[in-house]
Amino acid sequence: MAFLDKHKIIEKNASILLVLSLLVVLIGGLVQIVPLFYLQNTIENVQGMRPYTPLELAGRNIYIREGCYVCHSQMIRPMRDEVERYGHYSLAAESMYDHPFQWGSKRTGPDLARVGGKYSNAWHVDHLSNPEAIVPESVMPKYAYLATTELSPEYIGDVMATHRMVGVPYTNDEIANAKADFVAQDTPDGDTTGLLGRYGPKVTVADFDGKPGVSEMDALVAYLQMLGTLVDFSTFTPDASR
Amino acid sequence: MFAKPIKDDAKDKVGTTGHSWDGIEELNNPLPRWWLWTFYLCILFALGYTIAYPAWPLIHGATPGVLGASTRADVEKDIQHFDALNAPIKAKLVAADLTAIEGDDALKAYALAAGKSLFATNCAPCHGAGAAGVQGLGYPNLLDNDWLYGGAIDAIHTTITHGVRNTVDPDARNVGIYMPAWSDKATGPLADMATAKLTGEQIGQVVNYVLKISGQAADEGKATAGAAIFTENCVACHGEGGIGNRDLGAPNLTDAIWLYGGDETTLTATLTAGRGGVMPSWGYAAAGSSARLTEADIRAVAVYVHSLGGGE
Repeated sequence: MAFLDKHKIIEKNASILLVLSLLVVLIGGLVQIVPLFYLQNTIENVQGMRPYTPLELAGRNIYIREGCYVCHSQMIRPMRDEVERYGHYSLAAESMYDHPFQWGSKRTGPDLARVGGKYSNAWHVDHLSNPEAIVPESVMPKYAYLATTELSPEYIGDVMATHRMVGVPYTNDEIANAKADFVAQDTPDGDTTGLLGRYGPKVTVADFDGKPGVSEMDALVAYLQMLGTLVDFSTFTPDASR
Repeated sequence: MFAKPIKDDAKDKVGTTGHSWDGIEELNNPLPRWWLWTFYLCILFALGYTIAYPAWPLIHGATPGVLGASTRADVEKDIQHFDALNAPIKAKLVAADLTAIEGDDALKAYALAAGKSLFATNCAPCHGAGAAGVQGLGYPNLLDNDWLYGGAIDAIHTTITHGVRNTVDPDARNVGIYMPAWSDKATGPLADMATAKLTGEQIGQVVNYVLKISGQAADEGKATAGAAIFTENCVACHGEGGIGNRDLGAPNLTDAIWLYGGDETTLTATLTAGRGGVMPSWGYAAAGSSARLTEADIRAVAVYVHSLGGGE
């Protein structure tokens, strides 16, 4: 066992032990992480995915700030009961512009991966303001202050630029027009050609909270109303080998 | 010179491994055989597992595993299995005349059961788990016999399929038709729809007229003045005497059932700022997306809602 006797050298030299331990951990990490970057089938090509509009992105930040993810997941698992209740199971591609992603299985509230368009804007405003008024059995807290808190688009361009740094393909044009697009999505009787030209005709333009000005409620409802609506599942053929 | 060391029984019994560091020796106490073999078996099992199931990342993809396991294929199979079981009755449900479904016991039983669970996921958030709606916030009660757009099975079916005033479905009910904001101080699209700008006093008069025709205590003088304004501006939708109009989803104002509330404060708010409830479309597939519910699902929910008590 001459080879095993050499182990004594490692055990007696802290520096060698440290370097070799690091090497082992590194190999473990590389084997797990690196394939995700080059394997073609980790993210499948689907039609319809686009980065968030400035207003939706602001809403998403409020979603994260308020800790909505603590009770609501955004991941429909491939199981019959979930698919029957929430819709098509989630695809990795649907979170491709999410930083951070909102996956999970902790559901004190229902999954929100496909909540977009399921309820009216007014319902979302009523429900966020006082959930128990509409769903008496709900344990969700009240978020009425979102409707009275004005939201400034001042930094939304910077937020988008930050997202671009981590891989979201925002164009210079989109970042330059962030403030205008932010307001345009909340102004249905205004000029929305720029917004729709940049983010596609499926963007929902509405005065989400029914009040003048852009409030945090507007942004959050805009975000909720687009969740799960991007991918066209009528043209999607799942690759069963995943 | 030194005290005699305490005799080490264990050392005598099991011996040492020969490892000695600074005079500290390691006793030879190997792991129990059963533990060691369980450990080796676990390693073997893990290797077998990576052969049986998707595991090792290679250049073009991970090894698929010899068992061909796929959660996607599993859920697909699961759904297809139940779809196949339900297919005959769903086909019958879709083919049947809407009004004939409730006469067919098998169809009705299926529609009620399916409709109930579909209602629980999709409709209950607005209309309530028991379908009683939310009085005061404009979410209609589906248990009573007061219907905005009609309570016959085909009317309910149309409402569920296309929804109300949503921006998605061109066939939605009441697209562009709202309760306008009548106040002369109101602005925005709802104010533009009003055929007249009413002052606060005039709104008070109309409110008293509505209070009167709904059998509540009202100021007679104001109500008489309000009647004239009502005839001029409100009958177009709410009908002569305020009996409502289902073609326009205009509520009957003479009964005791209110969507937002029939008291003076709420009526004033309704007249001042306008109303316009929205219901999503459940059967419309916009370009690049699919409908939330299939025709069979919608029919099941329609039968369920129709059976709740107020069905016509």
